[in-house]
Amino acid sequence: MERADLIVIGGGPAGLAAAVRAKEKGVERVLLLERNPVLGGILNQCIHDGFGVLRFGSAMSGPEYAARFIQMARDAGVEAICGAMVVELSPDKKVTYITPQGLFEVQAKAVILSTGCRERTRGALAVPGNRPAGVYTAGVVQYLMNMRNIAFGKNVVIMGSGDIGLIMARRMTLEGARVHCVLEKLPFCSGLPRNVRQCLEDFDIPLCLAETVKEIHGDDHITHVITAKVDEKGRFIPGSERTIPCDVLVLSVGLIPENELAKACGIEMDPVTGGALVDGDLMTSVPGVFSCGNGLHVHDLVDLVSEEGERAAEHAAAYLKGAANKPMVPVTVSGGIRYVLPRQLTTGEDGYLSMRVMLPGRDRKLTVTAGDKTLVSKKMKRVMPSEMIRLKVKDVPACEQVEVSLV
Amino acid sequence: MTKYDVLIVGGGSVGCAIAYALSRYDLKVAVAEKELDVGMGTSGRNSGVVHAGFNNRPGSLMAKLCVEGNEGFEALCKMLDIPYKRTGKLIVGYDEADHQALIKLKEQGEKNGVKGLEIIDGAAIRAIEPDLPASWAMLSRNTAVFNPFLYSIHLAEASAQNGVQYYLNSPVTAVEATEEGYRVQAGDHVLTCKTLINSAGLFADRVSAMAGDPSFTIYPCRGEYYLLDKGTLKMPVYPVPRPGVGGLGVHLTVTVDGNILIGPSADYIDNHEDYSTTEPILDQLRREAMILLPTLNMRTVIGTYAGVRPKLVKKGEANFGDFVIERSPKAKHLINLIGIESPGITASMPIARMVLDILSEDTELVEKPDFVPTYRGIPPFAELSRAEQRALIEQDPDYGDVVCRCETVTRAQVKRALHNPIGATGVIAVKNRTRSTMGRCNGGYCFQRIVELLLSEGKAPQDIDLKRRGDRPLLGYVKGGQA
Ligand SMILES: Cc1cc2nc3c(=O)[nH]c(=O)nc-3n(C[C@H](O)[C@H](O)[C@H](O)COP(=O)(O)OP(=O)(O)OC[C@H]3O[C@@H](n4cnc5c(N)ncnc54)[C@H](O)[C@@H]3O)c2cc1C
Ligand SMILES: Cc1cc2nc3c(=O)[nH]c(=O)nc-3n(C[C@H](O)[C@H](O)[C@H](O)COP(=O)(O)OP(=O)(O)OC[C@H]3O[C@@H](n4cnc5c(N)ncnc54)[C@H](O)[C@@H]3O)c2cc1C
Repeated sequence: MERADLIVIGGGPAGLAAAVRAKEKGVERVLLLERNPVLGGILNQCIHDGFGVLRFGSAMSGPEYAARFIQMARDAGVEAICGAMVVELSPDKKVTYITPQGLFEVQAKAVILSTGCRERTRGALAVPGNRPAGVYTAGVVQYLMNMRNIAFGKNVVIMGSGDIGLIMARRMTLEGARVHCVLEKLPFCSGLPRNVRQCLEDFDIPLCLAETVKEIHGDDHITHVITAKVDEKGRFIPGSERTIPCDVLVLSVGLIPENELAKACGIEMDPVTGGALVDGDLMTSVPGVFSCGNGLHVHDLVDLVSEEGERAAEHAAAYLKGAANKPMVPVTVSGGIRYVLPRQLTTGEDGYLSMRVMLPGRDRKLTVTAGDKTLVSKKMKRVMPSEMIRLKVKDVPACEQVEVSLV
Repeated sequence: MTKYDVLIVGGGSVGCAIAYALSRYDLKVAVAEKELDVGMGTSGRNSGVVHAGFNNRPGSLMAKLCVEGNEGFEALCKMLDIPYKRTGKLIVGYDEADHQALIKLKEQGEKNGVKGLEIIDGAAIRAIEPDLPASWAMLSRNTAVFNPFLYSIHLAEASAQNGVQYYLNSPVTAVEATEEGYRVQAGDHVLTCKTLINSAGLFADRVSAMAGDPSFTIYPCRGEYYLLDKGTLKMPVYPVPRPGVGGLGVHLTVTVDGNILIGPSADYIDNHEDYSTTEPILDQLRREAMILLPTLNMRTVIGTYAGVRPKLVKKGEANFGDFVIERSPKAKHLINLIGIESPGITASMPIARMVLDILSEDTELVEKPDFVPTYRGIPPFAELSRAEQRALIEQDPDYGDVVCRCETVTRAQVKRALHNPIGATGVIAVKNRTRSTMGRCNGGYCFQRIVELLLSEGKAPQDIDLKRRGDRPLLGYVKGGQA
């Protein structure tokens, strides 16, 4: 059987960064498998700007950001195969993939999963009514509009305030459609404040909080939706209904990590993030299989995705060199934090924590403690569920547990 | 050629079964169907269960044809490459009254000639389905599940392969009696026939009236469903039937692909084709399903849908509405199939045989020497072994291009679905034949790829149909944009 030292599954920003860093760390054969005809992942359809501010100090479009990494991968000697759909990962790290050239099996010594995420559709599924044409997820609209010049309609309602929906509100407005509103069931926006300003406020598109679609109407093509306000428990408030005529309903109700391969491989999952459970080395429950990027947990900034890919590669490289297992301490959370990742940190090394809060808040303090020792303490002027918080914990001490809390 | 010996109105499971049965004989046969594909009516909106026949009143056509249908179903599915799985089924009860009702149900079944029925207790139930809290059940071993979309489609495609002509997107709107039969307006086509077979499902009363027999009224009764992702349920689970409830009660079903269905409700509605789902009913489904299986995970819902029963009895009427399968007493060239509700698909082949008997009264049935009874559909790539997959890719590289990630459907399959033998169009033709867009991502991944394939074949975006002609999922190109 064909062999590779490291196989990276998914050639988006996470996978590209991982593959490049692995080569830099001296891993010999790095095989990057991507099911699309080109590398770059979801970035290819993100023609708006705002990528790379942290990393390159300039706001680029998605394809520009991707192009830089694709070039780096080429220069570093990463072997990339596009049009390669990975259909199976076995616990002993045999990877099966399909391309028009055939069905192939490759034995890897280590694997990095960087399979990205997919869009949630559940928000719409619960909506009673007909199933007329004209209801799409934001990503589908983004792809067909940006990559294939397709127009969708003239009167748009956007359900859910996820970032892609906000971006498409602006995009569809620029294409001459009227975006009536963005509806959000929660009392706060789930997209980034930056996107609310640039995509909605600048175009006078109303963001309607605590309101959602109650019914979808139209025999063949969608004609209108009935919306209603919801209370704190998510129940419709009688009498608050509005009828909004539309010929497109765009859903932007969240992203979920894509993990079918991981699940079928028996990798333990985290029900909160929808991604794999990983340790301080971003290693999953299957030794030698690592996870990063949106396939691990949904990020809001691509710059951090690339960085996570690089860290996964560093740990994979160390694993391949047979680095001794270092002791890890568990990470626990309390007070308003929805999740923290990873759930373990390696002692004696710098640790990187990613987390999201449950509710928006102001003037909070985030602390990381080990017993009665405070490792990090950070004042937060504003916390938002839409903004991932990242913390570096320097030189994690040997202790019973590390506790993260928000007060 | 627009002159036919037999014109079948309605390409549902019943119409397609009749078409297939007729395609064995030297007759000119056509099917007129108003939708873009066959099986888009009730035949594509049901539980997908091959019933055993114990639910139906002894002595009724329903009982007789259901039992016959069940016996021949597996062989038919094998012959026509229709996914089928004999799962068995549980009808569950909780107390002594239910226990007694189950015993009665078993007796009724046995009277109908149903085999493989057994009353089992809680422990035996949990040996089959560990999470069911029921105390009693009737296990029906011969109940099975099948793919209802491919059922109509493969019957239709097999009959087309044997010369039956399909007119899709062709609603029958006028039927004029002629000396030797009928002249029929079906969409853009004018067709003549000697015998008109009315298997128009929910509209069979209207078609019958058009052809000169206004004796029937169909009362639409809707059943709503939840569709869940694949789960661990092994067989359909039904509650003990309660009197006065139209239908068999809200049940859990497994599809042949392993997805779980919850439903159907039973509510009379006004509009025959109102397939909407509604909040209070979905609520009720959830509640009743939780009684059957408290561990059900509603977070795995991937959709809702509804089907409509063509009932011959009104709301509140206690009468039993049996199938009507007859040469119309009022119009001698008309054969009517009316009120074909559950178990209509199970019974569809015996129904077709009955229709052949009726037809043979005035039409000579001569077997064709070149009739091909078997049919092979599009290879279900995802279910094949790695070696078989490899072989297919070698044959055609498009099998190595995965278009639908949830169901692992390839470009080769999608292309074959788009160029099917009956001329069905629309994204729906792909969905019904390959499962693409039916997975847990609801088409988020594959819809755009199917659109791209259609565009690459020269279709303009505004001419693409989703489910019905002109439903226009896409408006066109953006200003100044093109392919
Ligand atoms: C529709 C959509 C739009 C987005 N828009 C924005 C935006 O405007 N701005 C922003 O900052 N962020 C956006 N995001 C978030 C964005 O995904 C991340 O910033 C970043 O692209 C994630 O990188 P990744 O490499 O983890 O995932 P991705 O970019 O999704 O890359 C994953 C790659 O893995 C491949 N893959 C998956 N499974 C397999 C398999 N089995 N075999 C082979 N290959 C596989 C995929 O084809 C894909 O190329 C968007 C996300 C989505 C889903
Ligand atoms: C909720 C529910 C659950 C069920 N579950 C089961 C089950 O588990 N097992 C089972 O065996 N049965 C079940 N049934 C019953 C079964 O689905 C029906 O009996 C069967 O599908 C009837 O088939 P048909 O061909 O007569 O009707 P249909 O499938 O409705 O076909 C009629 C066709 O005629 C077309 N048509 C109508 N008017 C015209 C016109 N004027 N011109 C041209 N075409 C026209 C329609 O578009 C349609 O395609 C269920 C039914 C329902 C409603």
